[in-house]
Amino acid sequence: MSFINTLIDGNEGGLKHESMTPMQKIAMRFVVIGLLYYGLAAVEGMIMRMYQITPLPFIDETHFFSIMTVHPMVGIFGSSYMIVFGAFLFLTPFLMKKPIYSLKMANLSWITIGGGTFIMWLAGFVFSYAPLYTLYWPLPADTAQFAAIGGIVYIVGVVGIMIGTFLYTYNIFKTIVYTPKGWDKQPSGELLKSALGITGLLNFFRKKDTEHLVPLPIAAIARGTIDVGLNAVVISSAGILILIYLIGNGLFGMDLQGSLVDALLYKNIFWWGLDLVADGLVLVFVAGTWYLLAMMISGKDLYMQNIARAALFVEMVVSWTVWSHHLMSDQGQSNFLKVLSGEVVTAFELVTQGIAVFIVLTTLYKAKPIKVTNELKFLLGGILGFMLAVPAGIIQADLGMNRVLHNTQWIIGNHVHVAILIGLTMTLYSAIYVLFPILTNGVKLYSQKLANAHFWLHLIGGIGMGAFMGMAGIDGMLRRTIYYNGEYNTYMILAGLCGAMILLAFVLFLYNIIMSIGLKGLFGIYAPSKIDTHDCVVKAKD
Amino acid sequence: MVDSVDVLSTLKLVYTIYALAAISLIAWYAYRITQEGEVKTARATVFWTYIVTLIIVGTGLHFLTFNLVPWVPMDLDRANIKAEKTFKIMYKDHVITVDKTPMMVPCDKYVIFDAYSEDLTYGFGIIRKDHTLVAQMQVVPNNRNDLMWIFHKNGTYDIRSTEYSGPKGAHMVIENAIVVSGCQADDIHSIK
Repeated sequence: MSFINTLIDGNEGGLKHESMTPMQKIAMRFVVIGLLYYGLAAVEGMIMRMYQITPLPFIDETHFFSIMTVHPMVGIFGSSYMIVFGAFLFLTPFLMKKPIYSLKMANLSWITIGGGTFIMWLAGFVFSYAPLYTLYWPLPADTAQFAAIGGIVYIVGVVGIMIGTFLYTYNIFKTIVYTPKGWDKQPSGELLKSALGITGLLNFFRKKDTEHLVPLPIAAIARGTIDVGLNAVVISSAGILILIYLIGNGLFGMDLQGSLVDALLYKNIFWWGLDLVADGLVLVFVAGTWYLLAMMISGKDLYMQNIARAALFVEMVVSWTVWSHHLMSDQGQSNFLKVLSGEVVTAFELVTQGIAVFIVLTTLYKAKPIKVTNELKFLLGGILGFMLAVPAGIIQADLGMNRVLHNTQWIIGNHVHVAILIGLTMTLYSAIYVLFPILTNGVKLYSQKLANAHFWLHLIGGIGMGAFMGMAGIDGMLRRTIYYNGEYNTYMILAGLCGAMILLAFVLFLYNIIMSIGLKGLFGIYAPSKIDTHDCVVKAKD
Repeated sequence: MVDSVDVLSTLKLVYTIYALAAISLIAWYAYRITQEGEVKTARATVFWTYIVTLIIVGTGLHFLTFNLVPWVPMDLDRANIKAEKTFKIMYKDHVITVDKTPMMVPCDKYVIFDAYSEDLTYGFGIIRKDHTLVAQMQVVPNNRNDLMWIFHKNGTYDIRSTEYSGPKGAHMVIENAIVVSGCQADDIHSIK
């Protein structure tokens, strides 16, 4: 078969989109858009890596920082949220063995998140809006530095993302608790209690355990989704506040003073909300995904399942109380909060994540000898990523270390990028490889050699980039500063080479996937499905 | 007396060893699970010992730094420590203003850097000549931002904004803003 034929029709016939169910199509729509945004974030990251070696003549400082502003937003919301939401909107009805509550809502989710991300990105690309994702008050409303229209476009984009997020949250919980048409009445209250972990918690005080009505991965999805919803409330509130100032001062010439809002209180609330993503849903969703992957790869029940459920609940509570580790260099923040929330509670993330690592590794070990597959390799890569990134986070969440590490490249290198690129992304790649035949009705991967190259380039590139950025941070390199005299060039060149490996890994992966399913199948994903979901579930029940 | 160069060098060494150990452990595990052989399930005692170890390591780090890193007890007890000198630093319109440069800091005496911002969130960082960080804090507008510090070595230090405050913030540097004198030892990383 010629290259052109394979490109158009896919490997061995490729993806037959006519035979796909609505849920398969929706999941694939999320994942494809998510991967494209991952590619955009990777390109942006590479531009910034090059700029840190030597400022690029065609990008001025303002635009550099606008790239820095949209890069994490595209990466987290446009890519990670999309891939995770797509997978969970597929898995929730799949594991609950009932149809999704609303297909329309699921479709609207990917459209609003994907569209919102694009609008938000335009605010950076067209208007050079650059308050960074931290949005420290009153910078995002500073019309002396940024055009009000840029900020308004940015917030409109974020609103789109949040609408999609709320729709996803509602759809997930409704799918867990609702009674499909024609079915016996479902015990909604008990299902919700089981999903949130209240049943498991009460079991500790009961002589006889109450049975869990939802499988463990659903519990993880539900608990992480709580954080998703709460985070959307906080970000939406910040967005409304910023919008009031931008419209008032920027468009109507009013004189709303930034000092009307206490910057430290704002920072506390904002970080509380943001940590629901960084320390909440990421760790909860990742742990839940690890558990599901471990069971699917090993074909065995999860080791210490009750402990795993309890740890997920603890992780959710921990994620509500750790925000102060972002304010350890804020002298106005109380020492009580710095020590209790910043140090002690944060230290428990080592425990909850450690439990997940132990349980997953033991579950897989029980099934040995295990065949080395792409999903296994990427799962182990993901576990390694968090084994490296979580202790780095615990180290910087220390009063002594934070004084010399805060806002350095250590934070964004060793901790954030290793957690996201190795921990989260390799876990997502594992999930994609495991779901690929399920979502495509058994399409065969075009090239295993390309999959191997993808794995090694991504793993070495990701760890290497994080390590060199971290070393630069230890030597004093700040994370949001441009160095014009090559002060950290050795580290930055090495980090840039590793960044190029990550980008190349993604290109190989994308090429492999497109050649597997074919362009015809790829575009067909976005055509309406001819199959009724309810028929599939009834057949499955029968 | 321990300074930030000592702390950060130790971190670089310890974390590198840890990272190599973690990578080796996963590589060894990946090899082992592909091999035939007897499967022994981990006993509950192994699991709980592991959990207790994680708790000890996670919280123990903070006890360790409290006892070894001199600025931790100083930060926590600063209400009871009297400073020898206070330096006022103003931030406005992406400009850092100090009463007098350089700020002359006596050796082995507590001093306070009292920063105030009227507009945006900035940062206050004390930077050595080799660009390593001595210490930093956030400068939050209309809030208290005062860093207590004690120097034990002679040196000349720059100050710069360590927090992003818009594209202009990258240039907020005052070179040779702090001069420490009267110590027996020199800070070899920050001699002008």
